[in-house]
Amino acid sequence: MTTLSSSRPSGALADAGGLPSELAQAASSDAALRRFLHGLPGVDQVGAEERAAGLATRSIKTSAKEFALDLAIRMVDLTTLEGQDTPGKVRSLCAKAVRPDPSDAGCPSAAAVCVYPDLVPVAKEALTGSGVLVASVATAFPSGRAALEVRLADARAAVAAGADEVDMVIDRGAFLSGRYLQVFDEIVAVREACERSDGSRAHLKVIFETGELATYDNVRRAAWLAMIAGADFIKTSTGKVQPAATLPVTLVMLEAVRDFRSATGRMVGVKPAGGIRAAKDSIRYLVMVNEVAGPDWLDPAWFRFGASSLLNDLLMQRMKLKTGRYSGPDYVTLD
Amino acid sequence: MTPPSRSTGGSSRLDVRKTYKLFIGGAFPRSESGRSYEVTDAAGRFWANAAQASRKDARDAVAAARKAFAGWAGRTAYNRGQVLYRVAEVLEGRHAQLSDEVARSEGLGRRQAEATVSASVDRMVWYAGWADKIAQVVGGANPVAGPFFDFSFPEPTGVVAVLAPQESSLLGLVSVIAPVIVTGNTAVVVSSYSRPLPAVTFSEVLATSDVPAGVVNLLTGSAAEIGPWLASHLDVNGLDLTGVDDPDLARSLEESAADNLKRVRRPAPLDLDADPGIGPMKAFLETKTVWHPIGI
Amino acid sequence: MVSTGSTTASTGSTPMFEYAPAPESRAVVDIASSYGLFIDGEFTDPGSGRSFKTISPATEEVLAEVAEADARDVDRAVKAARRAYSRTWSKMSGRDRGKYLFRIARIIQERSRELAVLESLDNGKPIKESRDFDVPTAAAHFFYHAGWADKLGYAGLSTAEPGAPKPLGVAGQVIPWNFPLLMLAWKIAPALACGNTVVLKPAETTPLTALWFAQICQQAELPPGVVNIVTGAGETGQALVGHDDVDKVAFTGSTEVGRQIARTVAGSRKKVTLELGGKAANVVFDDAPVDQAVEGIVNGIFFNQGHVCCAGSRLLVQESVAEEVLERLKRRMATLRIGDPLDKNTDVGAINSAQQLAKITELSAAGETEGADRWSPPCRLPEHGFWFPPTLFTGVSQAHRIAREEIFGPVLSVLTFRTPDEAVAKANNTPYGLSAGVWTEKGSRILWMAERLRAGVVWANTFNKFDPTSPFGGYKESGYGREGGRHGLEAYLQ
Repeated sequence: MTTLSSSRPSGALADAGGLPSELAQAASSDAALRRFLHGLPGVDQVGAEERAAGLATRSIKTSAKEFALDLAIRMVDLTTLEGQDTPGKVRSLCAKAVRPDPSDAGCPSAAAVCVYPDLVPVAKEALTGSGVLVASVATAFPSGRAALEVRLADARAAVAAGADEVDMVIDRGAFLSGRYLQVFDEIVAVREACERSDGSRAHLKVIFETGELATYDNVRRAAWLAMIAGADFIKTSTGKVQPAATLPVTLVMLEAVRDFRSATGRMVGVKPAGGIRAAKDSIRYLVMVNEVAGPDWLDPAWFRFGASSLLNDLLMQRMKLKTGRYSGPDYVTLD
Repeated sequence: MTPPSRSTGGSSRLDVRKTYKLFIGGAFPRSESGRSYEVTDAAGRFWANAAQASRKDARDAVAAARKAFAGWAGRTAYNRGQVLYRVAEVLEGRHAQLSDEVARSEGLGRRQAEATVSASVDRMVWYAGWADKIAQVVGGANPVAGPFFDFSFPEPTGVVAVLAPQESSLLGLVSVIAPVIVTGNTAVVVSSYSRPLPAVTFSEVLATSDVPAGVVNLLTGSAAEIGPWLASHLDVNGLDLTGVDDPDLARSLEESAADNLKRVRRPAPLDLDADPGIGPMKAFLETKTVWHPIGI
Repeated sequence: MVSTGSTTASTGSTPMFEYAPAPESRAVVDIASSYGLFIDGEFTDPGSGRSFKTISPATEEVLAEVAEADARDVDRAVKAARRAYSRTWSKMSGRDRGKYLFRIARIIQERSRELAVLESLDNGKPIKESRDFDVPTAAAHFFYHAGWADKLGYAGLSTAEPGAPKPLGVAGQVIPWNFPLLMLAWKIAPALACGNTVVLKPAETTPLTALWFAQICQQAELPPGVVNIVTGAGETGQALVGHDDVDKVAFTGSTEVGRQIARTVAGSRKKVTLELGGKAANVVFDDAPVDQAVEGIVNGIFFNQGHVCCAGSRLLVQESVAEEVLERLKRRMATLRIGDPLDKNTDVGAINSAQQLAKITELSAAGETEGADRWSPPCRLPEHGFWFPPTLFTGVSQAHRIAREEIFGPVLSVLTFRTPDEAVAKANNTPYGLSAGVWTEKGSRILWMAERLRAGVVWANTFNKFDPTSPFGGYKESGYGREGGRHGLEAYLQ
């Protein structure tokens, strides 16, 4: 199906029990959606950044640190999205995701592996029976600049190849030029493209590319737009554009999912991606999740890190907690 | 007067002599032209070969200064003040070395040279204290005749080319660099031609004082040769002609500067002992006036 | 003993993220068993031999014994300050005065961790505040004022006479317990920069960082007598303020004591500046950036346990958004962590003294009696020490005591308004006038409100922001005179 659904309100959330009427009607027309999104409260940049910085001073030690490190490992979407990816590379990555620390069987597995659609079959085979999920980027990742039918075909192919999750990109050009309803309809269409013949559906993460959206106000608007359209997860970035994930941008998204649940009863997940390399930073994100959205989000079902080198730093910190000694790169495996 | 070849640790020890290079983008390269020139001490004896900066070095220095500008201007005034105070601290630590170099360059007695270095440190401290005050002294609210909040405040001009004094190799140098950078400008400085060596040591001080790379760039060489390239450079916003003694050269540089309407500080006799006043800072400050309605 | 603070409904399947204790070590600070007065560059015994104890309000343990200065001790200190002024300080160049202040600023930075831990121990405030705010800002005050010492002629404060403006002489300064080291910096830095010498009395419940500062003056080799610290309580303060040879009185504290001081100096030649109490209105409009506004409300009244003269102790919220704002506010308050001041994760520390706790308790009881609705998030308070949970009163009217009287604790009174005019009227309807907050995305409204609010400091879309360059002080019964900035120099010059 390449035509966009013409029925209003969106059929996307019919299976989630629907939306309150004011949210459902927000997407009834481009003008209505613009009024809704532009009517959301603004975000004061300085205030938001101060709150994020304040939360970053939390001191997470001993048992709390142990809890956080293990949780963070379980939340990693171990990622490789390079032109030079090969089946060998993907298999190696999958092995790492399943058993991050070969010297410690107690170390949990990562949440998922994230690859390009054509490498999904390789990942799927490598991860069979492991419990680690296969996430695939799609919709002409990372730029999203391709005809809609091409982007939908990309998503369908990923699902057909066995992807459990699809990470799509929104059309930032459309968003920045105010064509909100187009962005909305495309999310709905990709969500439909994630349906499988057995009635199940690959979970949909919607990437905003917050570095290109530039303002926190835009991030808040994109979040509400995506959530009303039926996103399962909202995601900051492709990791290919700087700045990628930041604490304040993720703060705004956590506020959005919190408010969305208050308004609808429905939870949406959050995934910061790109630029999170240090275990210390990942713990800061978890503190933020804990205090802004709430402990219900402290679970891989509702929060993920899109990262690659983060995993090794988490392992090294974990080793230090267990052994009391600082570790080094020789003691963690390359993937 | 210090003897020409200083040896340390007894007269039999051969000293390791310093190489005097340019300071561009936080690094110490030789001139891309490969040229150098002889620097003699005040008594005319050979001292060192200093790098002779070319127009390409000047071009690279301007690029480095431009790259550093947004970051430096974007720092808090408090932070810039802290950095300049740190420069003073490190300069104080180099008191003995610079006293030697100033004495040798300018033919001063030991006590006079030390007093000059002390004055240079104090001048740096004086300017450090201006960073977070100049806006309060030159800015303010303007009581316009309408329901508007109207205020004016200073902003740095951008990249400033500075032709440093020919005679005062350290105090004169500090007196023209500090007022430019304290407010957020970045600088490309051409040192005194015949007395360049204290300037190179001063750049070492800058390099070890938390001054971000590119905020000050130091070229040893001829103001007559590279001055015109800086004066005509369209990405240079200000020009300080303090070190140009030749009035014809000064006029022609000012004429070149007119192409992009650089803010020019004309040469004037420098009274290095007096309170500099805020003129040197204001020469490279813009004034921005903002209006905003007042209403419910 | 520490509350986890999070009460968001959990599905029960997700384990809670409990922050383990993260105490800052006390080992960094070495507190002696007793301290003398700091007069003329040395620590010296009080004439009467009397002393008093200073305790940690979080645990009630005694930290040290501190000398009590009587009128003779005060006289000694003033004489020392006068000698230092006439013989040394007034003859010294501004450049050199500045250098001493730069030294002091640097030493504060170098010893910042030690000072932060000491401040939290003696005052009860969270270590993250003393570490990230009190101590760095105190250092910054010294840096800023160091730079003015040799530039006073540029400050635009001169009278018609040529040359730099002249100092007053000896300043007698009395400071409160809520930001002990910072209030000391606010007093001493400008006084010294302008060429005066000082005798300062820290609050009786928080003398320690002032005594450490005296030591820092010794490390900086400040000429003896330029700074003198006389510890003591109300009587010591009165002796200082009333001393004939004090040219300038500076006081920060309660309005009640401020009035007494103003009466005491009446008819004398003493110049006086007062920074007194407040009952600031934090005004939230319907178009406020709501999440940041909630942060600003929380910061406004719970920062420093509400022991802030410019605290946003009255929330004036536009009626159309009151319910939403309150819901968010309560949810946010539930994540505040109250407990051990030395734990790096503590947000709200101990109330400074039993006396202050009694006052907060009494006024809160009055709030209930007068008919307002009281709410606090659930939190476990430690058994020893002085503690009060963050508290919210809704249904408050202007006539209630909790809307008129300064509580100086973590208690917020919430009132509503309908229009900007009404907000202004309610905000100004108080004898106080220290600060105010305005939350709206509309710039013109910010400026319109700022113009009409009778307050010395207006914070728009932020709150509790302080900077050495920014003049601070009140209107009406919140005092007169400004501290900080170019304007703040005026108090210490002829």
